[in-house]
Amino acid sequence: MGPIKKIQYNCKQATFLIEKKLIDKLTLREKIELHIHLAGCSVCRVFDKQSQLINKMVQQFLKSSNNSDVHLNAGFKQDLQQRIEEELNKK
Amino acid sequence: MLATTTSSLLNPHKWVDNYADYLYAYALARLNDEEQARDLVQEVFLAALERADMFEGKSTERTWLTAILKNKIIDTYRRRSSGLNNVTIRAAEQEQEDFFYPADGHWREEHRPKEFGIEDHDPLHNKEFNLVLQQCLKKLPALWLAVFTMKHMEDESTENICTELKVTSANFWVIIHRTKLNLRACLQKTWI
Repeated sequence: MGPIKKIQYNCKQATFLIEKKLIDKLTLREKIELHIHLAGCSVCRVFDKQSQLINKMVQQFLKSSNNSDVHLNAGFKQDLQQRIEEELNKK
Repeated sequence: MLATTTSSLLNPHKWVDNYADYLYAYALARLNDEEQARDLVQEVFLAALERADMFEGKSTERTWLTAILKNKIIDTYRRRSSGLNNVTIRAAEQEQEDFFYPADGHWREEHRPKEFGIEDHDPLHNKEFNLVLQQCLKKLPALWLAVFTMKHMEDESTENICTELKVTSANFWVIIHRTKLNLRACLQKTWI
């Protein structure tokens, strides 16, 4: 298999480069490799799209925790504040 | 003594009222475990009392408490990823040995990514899909989840993650790649 064919077949390497691209910079050589691969591989293009979507969802999920409506129960909070007061009095 | 030195900057009497729910939600989103999240909230307040005199008022109370919580979350990740969890890692690795043909790295037919079918319908706000994502995150090996969370949720530097979780840079990239492969496969399997 020639070098171009190898790149075109290697979805494992392409998905690795997709992940690297989302976090870091690719080298010129890696950019070209990924470009060649994606041009001919619709399956990895789907992977690329989904991978970005997953990252966005995860980031959004974390941000939404800032205004989420989960609450600690009242009893736990009361005990906790009492514990804090005790510590304050110790000092 | 503490009460007098910190009274102008910190108000521990109001901490629970003001920040407990916020810190709890913050920890819960990152740890996916109610009991651990609750314990950490308590630990944060107690740790904060101990080092109250180090608070200089350069940030808000909330930011300061959140920073303490963040360190405790990383400690938890570290604890979770040591020891027995190696078994889960091996199982997860095994699973994805099957994703590609070893000879040329080509996708095996049955593992090829397919469209989720929601790409065009504002998937970010699809509640059910978000729930499936959370379930899939829970299935990841602890170390992978820790690396993934620190990178994508906290935007920590790669260098920092490697130091904190004691992984080599080469291993970091392997984990990032494998985590996404497994997570995506789980979404496809559960959703479609």
